[in-house]
Amino acid sequence: MASHAVSTTLRHHFASDEQQKDAATIGMWVFLVTEIMFFGGLFLAYFAYRQAYPAAFASASNKTNLWLGAANTTVLICSSLTMALAVHAASMGKKTLLVLFLIMTLLLGGAFLGVKAYEYHDKWVHHEIPGQHFECEGCEDAGHAPLFFSLYFAMTGLHATHMLIGFVILVILIVQAARGKFTEKWYTPIEMFGLYWHFVDIVWIFLFPLLYLIDRSHTGLK
Amino acid sequence: MITASPPVKETKNYLNHERGIKSWLLTGDHKRIAILYLISVTLFFALGGVFASLIRLELSTPAGDLLESNQYNKVFTMHGILMVFFFLIPSIPATLGNFLIPMMIGAKDLAFPKINLLSWYIYVVGGIFTLYVLLTGGVDTGWTFYTPFSTSYSNGYVIAAGLGIFINGFSSILTGLNFIVTIHRMRAPGLTWFRLPLFVWAHYATSAIMILGTPVVAVTLFLVVLERGFHIGFFDPAYGGDPVLFQHLFWFYSHPAVYIMILPSMGVISEVISTFSSKKPFGYTFIAFSSVAIAVFGFLVWGHHLFVAGQSIYAGLVFSILSYVVAIPSAIKVFNWAATMYKGKVRLETPMLYALGFIGLFTVGGLTGIFLSSLGMDVHLTDTYFVVAHFHYVMVGGALLGYLCGIHFWWPKIFGRMYSQVWSKVSAVLVFVGFNLTFFPQFLLGYMGMPRRYHVYPPEFQVFNVLSSAGASVLALGLILPAIYLTWSLKHGEIASENPWGATGLEWQTASPPIMENFEVTPVVTTEAYDYSTQQEVVHVG
Repeated sequence: MASHAVSTTLRHHFASDEQQKDAATIGMWVFLVTEIMFFGGLFLAYFAYRQAYPAAFASASNKTNLWLGAANTTVLICSSLTMALAVHAASMGKKTLLVLFLIMTLLLGGAFLGVKAYEYHDKWVHHEIPGQHFECEGCEDAGHAPLFFSLYFAMTGLHATHMLIGFVILVILIVQAARGKFTEKWYTPIEMFGLYWHFVDIVWIFLFPLLYLIDRSHTGLK
Repeated sequence: MITASPPVKETKNYLNHERGIKSWLLTGDHKRIAILYLISVTLFFALGGVFASLIRLELSTPAGDLLESNQYNKVFTMHGILMVFFFLIPSIPATLGNFLIPMMIGAKDLAFPKINLLSWYIYVVGGIFTLYVLLTGGVDTGWTFYTPFSTSYSNGYVIAAGLGIFINGFSSILTGLNFIVTIHRMRAPGLTWFRLPLFVWAHYATSAIMILGTPVVAVTLFLVVLERGFHIGFFDPAYGGDPVLFQHLFWFYSHPAVYIMILPSMGVISEVISTFSSKKPFGYTFIAFSSVAIAVFGFLVWGHHLFVAGQSIYAGLVFSILSYVVAIPSAIKVFNWAATMYKGKVRLETPMLYALGFIGLFTVGGLTGIFLSSLGMDVHLTDTYFVVAHFHYVMVGGALLGYLCGIHFWWPKIFGRMYSQVWSKVSAVLVFVGFNLTFFPQFLLGYMGMPRRYHVYPPEFQVFNVLSSAGASVLALGLILPAIYLTWSLKHGEIASENPWGATGLEWQTASPPIMENFEVTPVVTTEAYDYSTQQEVVHVG
């Protein structure tokens, strides 16, 4: 057990390092609960409409690029691995490894966003963005097909926004880690960010099957 | 005038340990942030009150002579948005809760002081958006933003208003998050869950609603903004969407939001009733768990806002029954407060007058809620003044009176000064009488069939509308008075002792106003809450 000497990272209103760490951890988990509810509204809308207009959703979802989605899923799972390794490196007090894993996470996150941007651009070129110029060749139930794309953009857009925020925080953490701010006794920001990053990954793990995989048999893999 | 207050001995407290505007705007102290919130919610309340006055002025006559229908739409919308999102929801939690929760649990601060300050800034930014809407032409959708009117047809500034509320929501989420972590991890040694004051239990339940509900309304308004701004359809049938889905998502938050408003008030009332009866609250565990039960059931009743919106009859039936169920924990509280007073030494100080007013008005509000949760009755009463009267009895008669009650109760602790006992009692009575005169006639109007949100009505409704407007003037007077005598007391009030009301609770065992870190030494709790046997003497204020 740690000694009772007052550490420099202990803030004035906490009685002990353990209490401070506990508070941060619970706070982060509660925050993730709010995030689940935040995405939850969109998931509800998705389920309601998918159930109501199955033909429109099945045909429209075949417009997504399965291979890019799958590649992005792999990229993101790998970034979760490097993030977990970063937390582990931090807990061992290995500064160089920590910085290295954080940079790898950053690169993988960047790759994900790059692919996503390419997919959006593709949709733009094919007029698959809801609005006045919307077109969806071969979509059944054309009146409701735009709903799929509305949800696609809202859900992946909100997810990408979370990735972007994570990206910015990662840059800050890398700078701090390189300057030796974290020690094996205190690396709470790294650990909390790890929770956030894994959460954003898990959201994608749900988005991928919902938006890319279901009813793929409609047109077969292509 | 020359005041009788004795020369103040400059003792260090949270108000004077640092000076200057910067020490306030960059503070991490929960007590100072509470004061920042107190000032800002009061401003928004005043603004919302101006719009309420315009509504009542317009409705004094059957003809639309003061406002055009378009202006009237904007006026009642701004009244609703300001009062609901910028006053009622933050009122008690962000001011009294912020100030008192760390003190009640013997902590030096909330778990995350910087996030606490951030939540105030977010609130201010959200408020600025709303003021922008106000100054540039307003919004006319009603505070409920029903689609497709809000996304396709309204001429108002829906996007800015929606963003304002979206942003403001995060202030509420962060406050709730901070409270939950604080109550879990910052309690003083010996302060077990069942030794917590009921005020803390009520805020715990409130925080749960804040973190679970608010994100949903945030994302819903985000979708409204997308649909209106970019024609990315979700709700408008023209885009293939379903407007009823909006109503489901909106009320999933906005019904529990009513409990965000009322639960903290109930926490205040539990403290005040116990203190001024000098008696432990009857059925402590029942009151504590009824707060949690209200939070849980509150999430399962949103469908009673959709009885006539095309929801299936079976869904309506279930929502109707569940809505009745919420009445049970609410009634438990009312009965327990009454039983607490029974055979207690009841002292009718100002906070107690407000608390008694609360019980009366909340009971009427709650019982009329039963009318509205019955399917058949609701078809007749939907969108009439009966609904308006019902929720004002709960929100104003409940939440606002609870807020005033709490402000009067803890004022001596917060600012270290007493206010005029005579004037404050006058105001408590004026508020009660004025409120009933304003809103009781609206039950009758609604039952007779007057719809809400119209500024022109048949002449036979005028008598009740004039009564209502007259009551609103009395109510306004009752609300302006505290603004005067409370402000006056800041400089000229009698110096308050540590515990002027003879209350229990850790917050009363430290200086008034408290020192920077709340307690000289972290208290150790050895007894249950509300232990009046250790109370030495009751210092009478009169």
